[in-house]
Amino acid sequence: MEHLIELRDVYKIYRMGEESVHALDGVSLAIDPGEFVAIVGSSGSGKSTAMNIIGCLDVPTSGTYHLGGIDVSTMEDDQQAEIRNKMLGFIFQQYNLIPKLTVQENVELPLLYAGVDAAQRHERALRALGRVGLAEKRKNLPSQLSGGQQQRVSIARALAGNPSVILADEPTGALDSRTGREVLTFLQQLNAEGDTVVLITHDNSIAVKAKRIIRLQDGKIIYDGNAHDPRAVVSAEEYQEILGEGEPT
Amino acid sequence: MNFGQSFRLAIKSLRTSKMRALLTMLGIIIGVAAVIIITSLGNGMKNYMNKQFDQLGANLIQVQVTGRGGGTMSSRSVDPADMYALVDKYPGYLSGVSPYVRTVGTVRHGSDEYTRTSTYGVSEFYYDASRNQAMSGEKLETGRFLTYIDVSRRQNVCVIGNYLAQEAFQGNALGKTLTIQGSPFTVVGVLSEKADSTAGSGDDVIFIPYENAMTLNGSGSVNFYLFNSTSKDTSASAKGIIENKLFKVFQDKDTYFVMSSAEMLDAMNSMLNTLMAILILIAAISLLVGGIGIMNIMLVSVTERTREIGVRKSLGAKRKDIRSQFIIEAGTTSAVGGVIGIVLGIIMANILTNVIAFVLKTGNDGFVAIPTLTGIAVSFGVSVGVGILFGYLPANKAARLNPIDALRYD
Repeated sequence: MEHLIELRDVYKIYRMGEESVHALDGVSLAIDPGEFVAIVGSSGSGKSTAMNIIGCLDVPTSGTYHLGGIDVSTMEDDQQAEIRNKMLGFIFQQYNLIPKLTVQENVELPLLYAGVDAAQRHERALRALGRVGLAEKRKNLPSQLSGGQQQRVSIARALAGNPSVILADEPTGALDSRTGREVLTFLQQLNAEGDTVVLITHDNSIAVKAKRIIRLQDGKIIYDGNAHDPRAVVSAEEYQEILGEGEPT
Repeated sequence: MNFGQSFRLAIKSLRTSKMRALLTMLGIIIGVAAVIIITSLGNGMKNYMNKQFDQLGANLIQVQVTGRGGGTMSSRSVDPADMYALVDKYPGYLSGVSPYVRTVGTVRHGSDEYTRTSTYGVSEFYYDASRNQAMSGEKLETGRFLTYIDVSRRQNVCVIGNYLAQEAFQGNALGKTLTIQGSPFTVVGVLSEKADSTAGSGDDVIFIPYENAMTLNGSGSVNFYLFNSTSKDTSASAKGIIENKLFKVFQDKDTYFVMSSAEMLDAMNSMLNTLMAILILIAAISLLVGGIGIMNIMLVSVTERTREIGVRKSLGAKRKDIRSQFIIEAGTTSAVGGVIGIVLGIIMANILTNVIAFVLKTGNDGFVAIPTLTGIAVSFGVSVGVGILFGYLPANKAARLNPIDALRYD
């Protein structure tokens, strides 16, 4: 069966003067439709780079990336924009709603760029807002909503375009723990309804809400599997320590 | 991309930061207002001049003989009979001619002296009865104009302007007598008001038979003639006919001077057009400065909204979407500035009309600065164009932003 997301031997190398930094150092992974995957790692692990590449915001230095069977690893700026528009829904840490647009206009943005006509835009935006329970706030400006509500609006925006993958980058980072939990529960619910969710975080307590964890360290995958395995939540060195003198597997 | 939303966004951001918007648009406002004022004044001036020429007689051709040609001993000359013959020969081009002899001399009535009054010697053709209009534009109010009998018999009769009729005769001048350089003249007609009925104006005139005027002057020949062409369009040909005739007689172009009103009007109009073009060009510099102001503020706006650009790109906005958003915004800003400039220009033109009317005391039918529709349309178009032109560079900068850097921007 064809994977929804498939990275094969992906390298991302940044040149910093004389030195070259391997942000991604030979990463291969595959994600299937309907999965809920958390990509975890401390800062500098390469998870942001991974998120940029999976999100078609950046291209790998080498290796291939297939999204929905399409090779997107060598695409130009505008082609990537089209792929993002059609296949990806972004949820950001800072919500990133446009302050001058109303809630509904914000949710309609991806549809606007997809060239959907006005009547359908309104209908689909309202439906997406209905899913996050904020339909009655559609005329408000983002600044009139609480942080949790704003994040739900951004989820509605991600859903409106009916994407294949929902890509959430530290979605609870700016929220208090209670609203953070609400947002996570909501992502789980979306996944239960069939959406593919990829969550990027540094926080293990959040990562364990996913079904599967991919752990990155120094640009390499050090764990990829069930979220409840202890190896999912610690670095390679820590795991060694936990095992004492034992052999890591 | 969606024009409506970009347009609404632009209006919204203009309204949320009014002071900044005003300063941004100031160059455009001043430039457009200046263009409107200049075109209005120019247009008003042209209309005013055309009206004045129409009053004076747009078909008028002035002929002045300044010498004799062919050396000092030459006896070459033209007389009124030659001129009459010319009119008879070319009825399709020339409809009339009259000698025009200016006389210097004191006008008296009783004990009153009128030193500023102009006295002209003319023939009966000076006045066209069918149109009830003299060559200099006046109509006859009462009485009659000079006739063939008056002119051929050198009768001491005169037609006076409105000023004298009111001042000297209290509006009851017919049959009364005044003296010019001591010679008595009987008033046979009064002309209607042409200027403002003050001393020395176009209403302070006397017309007498031309040979009487020559006698008063002690001159032996007529050096000045007024012709009427049959219409404005035949004016140029009529002028040619007269010049031909004069050249045949004098064999020297420098001994006479022929000028048609139509030609003069054309010359003045083209001079005015040139002047206006220069002034508009100067005003256009302000538009250029305004455009640079818009470019500056758009560059600031792109920087301020880097994150928004990143978000829009992450949601699927292509380069052209971002570019057109910012171009529409720049265009809207300058268009609003243009509209304000147009309104301001029209108001200023109105104020200037009143000021000029007050200063020149011409009243309501005098000078009116009228904004032209073309002027308004062109300056609006130019202001939008300036916005788009100067908005392009910042818009392109925004369009080329890398979405990752833009999203991370604080």
